Amino acid sequence: MEQLLANPYVPPLILTAVIILVFPLIAGYIVLAERKVLADLQVRLGPMRVGPYGVLQPLADALKLMLKEDVIPSQSDKWIFWLAPVLSTFTALSAFAVLPLSDRFFVADVNIGILFILAMSSIGALGLILGGWSANSKYSLMGSLRAAAQMVSYEVPLGFATVTAIMCAGTLSMQGVIASQLERGVWGAFDNYGLMLIPTVLFIIAGTAETNRAPFDLPEAESELVAGFHTEYSGFRWALFFLAEYAAIVVISSLCVTLFFGGWLRPFPNVAALEMPLNTAFPAALFALIALGCSKGVFRQALVGFRLVMAALTGLFLLVAAAFALPAANELMIGLFWFGFKLAVMVYMFIWYRGTFPRFRYDQLMDVGWKWLIPISMFGLILNGVVQLFARG
Amino acid sequence: MSLDSVLFYVLAALVLGSAIMTITRRNVVHAAVWLISALVGVAGLFLSRGAEFLAGVQVIVYIGGIMVLFLFVIMLVPVHDESTQRRFSNQKWPAMLAAVALFLWVAFIAVNGVGMLDHPGMAEPLGPGSLSENSEAVGLVLFSQYLLPFELASILLLVAIIGAIVMSKTRNPETES
Repeated sequence: MEQLLANPYVPPLILTAVIILVFPLIAGYIVLAERKVLADLQVRLGPMRVGPYGVLQPLADALKLMLKEDVIPSQSDKWIFWLAPVLSTFTALSAFAVLPLSDRFFVADVNIGILFILAMSSIGALGLILGGWSANSKYSLMGSLRAAAQMVSYEVPLGFATVTAIMCAGTLSMQGVIASQLERGVWGAFDNYGLMLIPTVLFIIAGTAETNRAPFDLPEAESELVAGFHTEYSGFRWALFFLAEYAAIVVISSLCVTLFFGGWLRPFPNVAALEMPLNTAFPAALFALIALGCSKGVFRQALVGFRLVMAALTGLFLLVAAAFALPAANELMIGLFWFGFKLAVMVYMFIWYRGTFPRFRYDQLMDVGWKWLIPISMFGLILNGVVQLFARG
Repeated sequence: MSLDSVLFYVLAALVLGSAIMTITRRNVVHAAVWLISALVGVAGLFLSRGAEFLAGVQVIVYIGGIMVLFLFVIMLVPVHDESTQRRFSNQKWPAMLAAVALFLWVAFIAVNGVGMLDHPGMAEPLGPGSLSENSEAVGLVLFSQYLLPFELASILLLVAIIGAIVMSKTRNPETES
C-alpha cells in the first residue's frame, strides 16, 4: 500500500477517479442549495418532499434524469447534437486537474495551470454554441449566438484580470500563486495597497458572465428563448449540460479563490497566534453547530424515516467536528476545509446574484462588457503594473 | 520507438486527418469542428515539444477566440445553401502555388536539417530542464530580441481592425456632408 502510494502516478489517478465520481453528487447538492437559498430569498420553502427538508432531492432528480427518454430531434445534426454535451462536460471536468484543492490534494501542479483552466473553459464554450446550433431550432440558435458573442466579449476582461493577478504573483502555477500569497503575507485581492481589488471585482463579474449565470444568463433566458441553447435537450444529455454548468461555476470560483483569496491558506496565514482558533476551533465549532441544527430535526417529527435521516446527518457532522479536533486528521483536512469554505462562499454569492439581479438586456450586456469592463480591466492592469514596479523596486 | 515519437505520430495523424476532413466536409459547421480538432492537435504538438505556454495560448486564442467567432458567423448561414454553391473559389491556382511553395520550403529544410535555420543572435532553444521558465522565456524573447516583428504584427492587426470598421460602416449621404 505504502509502495503503491509512493508511485507518482497513483495518487493523482485516485484523486481523478474520486473527483469524477463525487462531483456529480456535489453538483446535485449545489443545485439543492441553490433552490433552497432562492426559495428563502423569495420567502418560499423550496423542495421539502424528498427526505427531511428535501435533503434527498438531488438523488431523486438524478434518478429521474437517467431514466428519461432520450429524445433527439429528427431534423437535428445528430453527430454534433451528440458531441456538444460531451465536449462541455469533458472540458469542465478536465479543468479540475489543475485545481489546488489543498497543499496535498491536487492532481497536477503544472506551470501553465491558469492557462490550462482558461483553455478548457474556452473549449467548453463550444459545447454550448454547437449544441444550440445542432438542434435546428430557432430558440436554440438564438441562445447559441448569444453564448458565442458573450463568451468572446467577457473572455477579454476575465483574461486581463487574470493577467493582473499573475503579474502580482509572478507565476502561472496554481500552487505557486498560493505560495506567493503566503510569502507576501496578503491575499491577492488586497495586494498592491488594495489596488488589486479592481481586478478582483472584474474577475467575479466576468466570471459570472463566462459561466452564463444570472444576471448574464442570456444564452438560456427562459422568458424569451424557452430554455436557450438546451431547449431541445432532455434526459441524460441535458443532465450533462447541467453538470458542465455547475462544474464551470466551481472551476471559476476555485480560480478566483486561488488567485485572489489565498486558496487553501487560512486567513492571516502569517499570524501564528491565530493557528489554534482558526485551524482547529473554527472548523470543529462550525460542524458541531451544523450537527446541533440537524439534531433538532430528530425530535421535531413523528416520521421514523425523517428521524433516522436527521440522526444520521447529526452523527456525520459530529464525526467531522471530532475529526477536526484530532491533530493528525486536522492536518490532513485543514487545507481542504479552507479551500472548500471559500469555494462555498463564492458559490453562495453566485446563487445570491441570481436571486438579486434582474437579467441584462442584450445590448446592455455588450455595453457593460466592451465599454466598461474591458477599459477598466486594462486600466487596472497598467495601474497595478506601475505600482508594483515602484513599490517593489 | 520512444513514447515521444509515438505521441508525435499520433498527434501528426490527428492534425493532418482533421485538416483533410476540414476541407472535404460539405457542411460548414462540421468543417469548423474538424478545424477545431486540428488546432487541438497542434496544441498537443506544442505540448509534446515542451512549449507549454504556446500550447495554452494556442487553445485560448485559436479555439476560444477565433473559432468561436467563425462559428458565430457560420451559424447565421443557412445550412442547406452551401451544398449548391461552388466550394472552391477562383483563387484555386494561387492557393495551389502557395501550397507547393510551402511544401518545397518545408522539404528543403527537412533535407538540409533544422540546423540551417540557425543564425547568429538566435534565441537559445529551451531544453527539457528549463520547463518552469517557459512563459518567462517566451516573454523575454518577444519583448527584447523580436520586439520589432512583434510590434509590426500588432500594427498589422490594428490596421485590419480599423479596415473592418471602415468597411462595415454604412455610409449615410445625409449625415455625411
